[in-house]
Amino acid sequence: MKLTLHVWRQPDSRANGAFATYTATDISPDMSFLEMLDVVNERLVAAGERPIAFDHDCREGICGSCGMMINGVAHGPARATATCQLHMRRFADGAVIWIEPWRARAFPVVRDLVVDRGALDRIVASGGFISVNTGSAPEANSLPVPKQNADDAMDAAACIGCGACVAACPNGSASLFTAAKVAHLGLLPHGQPERLRRAVRMVAQMDAEGFGHCTLFGECQEACPKEISIDTIARLNRDFLRATVARPAERTVGGTG
Amino acid sequence: MELRSRIPSGPIERKWEKHRFEMKLVNPANKRRYTVIVVGTGLAGGAAAATLSELGYSVKAFCFQDSPRRAHSIAAQGGINAAKNYQNDGDSVYRLFYDTVKCGDFRAREGNVYRLAELSVRIIDHCVAQGVPFAREYGGLLANRSFGGAQVSRTFYARGQTGQQLLLGCYQALEKEVMKGGVRMFPRTEMLDVIVANGKARGIVVRDMVTGQIESHIADAVILATGGYGNVFYLSTNAKGSNATAIWRAYRRGAAFANPCFTQIHPTCIPVSGDYQSKLTLMSESLRNDGRVWVPKRSGDDRLPQGIPEPERDYYLERKYPSFGNLSPRDIASRAAKEVCDEGRGVGPGGRGVYLDFSDAIKRLGRDRVEERYGNLFEMYERITDENPYETPMRIYPAVHYTMGGLWVDYNLMSTIPGLHVIGEANFSDHGANRLGASALMQGLADGYFVVPLTIGDYLAAYKPEPIGNDHPDVRATIAAVRERTTRLMSVRGKRSSTAFHRELGKVMWEYCGMARSTEGLRAALHIIPELRAEFWRDLRVPGTGEELNQELERAGRVADFLELAELMCIDALHREESCGGHFRVEHQTPDGEALRHDDAFAYVAAWEFAGDGKDPILNKEPLVFENVALATRSYK
Repeated sequence: MKLTLHVWRQPDSRANGAFATYTATDISPDMSFLEMLDVVNERLVAAGERPIAFDHDCREGICGSCGMMINGVAHGPARATATCQLHMRRFADGAVIWIEPWRARAFPVVRDLVVDRGALDRIVASGGFISVNTGSAPEANSLPVPKQNADDAMDAAACIGCGACVAACPNGSASLFTAAKVAHLGLLPHGQPERLRRAVRMVAQMDAEGFGHCTLFGECQEACPKEISIDTIARLNRDFLRATVARPAERTVGGTG
Repeated sequence: MELRSRIPSGPIERKWEKHRFEMKLVNPANKRRYTVIVVGTGLAGGAAAATLSELGYSVKAFCFQDSPRRAHSIAAQGGINAAKNYQNDGDSVYRLFYDTVKCGDFRAREGNVYRLAELSVRIIDHCVAQGVPFAREYGGLLANRSFGGAQVSRTFYARGQTGQQLLLGCYQALEKEVMKGGVRMFPRTEMLDVIVANGKARGIVVRDMVTGQIESHIADAVILATGGYGNVFYLSTNAKGSNATAIWRAYRRGAAFANPCFTQIHPTCIPVSGDYQSKLTLMSESLRNDGRVWVPKRSGDDRLPQGIPEPERDYYLERKYPSFGNLSPRDIASRAAKEVCDEGRGVGPGGRGVYLDFSDAIKRLGRDRVEERYGNLFEMYERITDENPYETPMRIYPAVHYTMGGLWVDYNLMSTIPGLHVIGEANFSDHGANRLGASALMQGLADGYFVVPLTIGDYLAAYKPEPIGNDHPDVRATIAAVRERTTRLMSVRGKRSSTAFHRELGKVMWEYCGMARSTEGLRAALHIIPELRAEFWRDLRVPGTGEELNQELERAGRVADFLELAELMCIDALHREESCGGHFRVEHQTPDGEALRHDDAFAYVAAWEFAGDGKDPILNKEPLVFENVALATRSYK
């Protein structure tokens, strides 16, 4: 296969970027998209040029490192597929491909196709967990969980934190990411004690990071490589609403000991 | 070098309890005064960092990825073992211990393995409480599946994403501690050396991968949780970034490297499709629960699999190992696949593949049940190969997956450098010469949640803090060494990329230090590797500068270390004149082609000590004592 690539090149977060055009020849349809970029990069290195920087690691679609806009679509044309699992047989010989980094205010470009997704970690740190210290857990089977709930929790927990939902959203919202975590933990009995507080805190952090609001476009679930449903956003909204209406003020007073 | 394993005396089931009592404690109020560095945020590192912070220590955690959630533990598919005996099928802590020692071909320490089996049950309790969505039965209780190398069903799983879910549990615990202020997290930061000052590990030198800045971090103890070195083979199931630099740099500073030749080749991976191939993808071993492995009986039979009638198929695992069949341990299943392919009976392009066939399972269980169990794996397979495994059998071939070898540690998981602890795949301790399936997650979490947070207290309680700053001569010298090396990599200005060298090294290692090893082959490798290394330092090309995000520079540093480690692996493989587990020396096999151990001469851990560049490493031996499990020939027939 022979392809024409227009790739976003940007030396660092402060510099201006621009598209550069490359011709990729001798591309096998069995290559993954990233293997195609590897080939382009090896040729750039051989020519003494700087290769295209992009994040990647497991190349099995599970670590969430990779991600780029391919012809304007997050992770490219294949449904439910991360960039590393996209194969060149999806493209026609002679295709022209535009490759850009995730575009979102909360994801500054670090270099070329690499962006800073640290904001997602900070959303999790604000409340996306169950507070249980090592060693304090009761016997695992002491609390049965209906299979349906466990399965639904697993569906939400499948999020790989790639950020495609943010990149696909016209508002640059991280609602699907946040909602997936709120739904995962909120569906399990172990996650109930912190359920409302979790929703409030995570939403507050999402706002503080500069992500936009959700207006239910639904682009996020189309882009999600793990097919996380926007039903999770309904759960998030319900928890958030309940929390703002019904949540008692947090008590910070300690015991008497 | 003295190797003190510090295995507690007494009956095996009391050792850990006794040791916990005998270890010194750090006063809760004093813990925050100690800084502990954790390098790597996979299951072992993430668990350790979170737990140490919960205990009150000041923790600094480092990872090279952009987020701690992306460590390669995330890619583990199949499951995690625990001796819960929920299935009432005769499992127990002792049986998990026994299975692990046997599967490791009697080259692991009994004391460590028993502790691992004992802690396995608490791991499940903890992970469930964290919200890990393990598979459940309709009654709401936890489900189990079977795995290779065991006849009980003790593997807990979260679809085909068990590693991901366990790691997210760990990561969330870590972020909880980040929020509380107990952990400072440094993503996109790569450790390039360990600082040994006055004989103790006192910190690390890192490179900020965004700015290129090289700086030191000082601490009271250092924990390496940086994973295995399978990427020395270039093609492996490891993530592209997985590397050996942290443990290799520690080795060069005085940490012994144990059993480097013990590598695990996983039997069920998607075969190589072309030269451009950047990595191999594992198909979970759990598939062998319902898939049947076969090749045509006749060599050169190139009919489509559906066209080969039943009597002309060779279900070779079921034939050779009737009691374990398709669930034979990994080393045995891998070698058997290589054997049939060497006989010319392999399938697919290049003849390096065997079928993993689900048609019987689909007939028996129905497509829906099969889809429920393995749907995501089937999808992944189809995405990569463009073949539908519901209709045509999968093609699989062995690939490098895990390294049992690693830095030598004592019972407290401390290396031969005082204060330098090594946990998870990065150490050597629990799996002997072959790892039992679904035990890597268990070991990472046992080390991180339950072992090192206690044993590090024992070290710190006896340790006299000596404040050192960045101007300490040992700190300055280490920083200077790292800077010098980076400059050296940038200034070769040759013609070939580090990837080209890495690919070449991988071919040599796969050929000579892979599934079957011989004196002749290993000698050839020991001749080729130093030449390739010299060529690397003559002809490497790294574009750009060291003061920016430079992925070529990152790769070059890692490949430079692989080029050294590869040689040690071959030296170790050549010295171990026996076959055991994943280490198969063609000179040492039984008449029917099974591994032949030599317990009289090789029942020891080979701990190699760095002697300086250009000098042969020094072999130190830790004898292995088996008081509970009688040394026997492994049989899965």
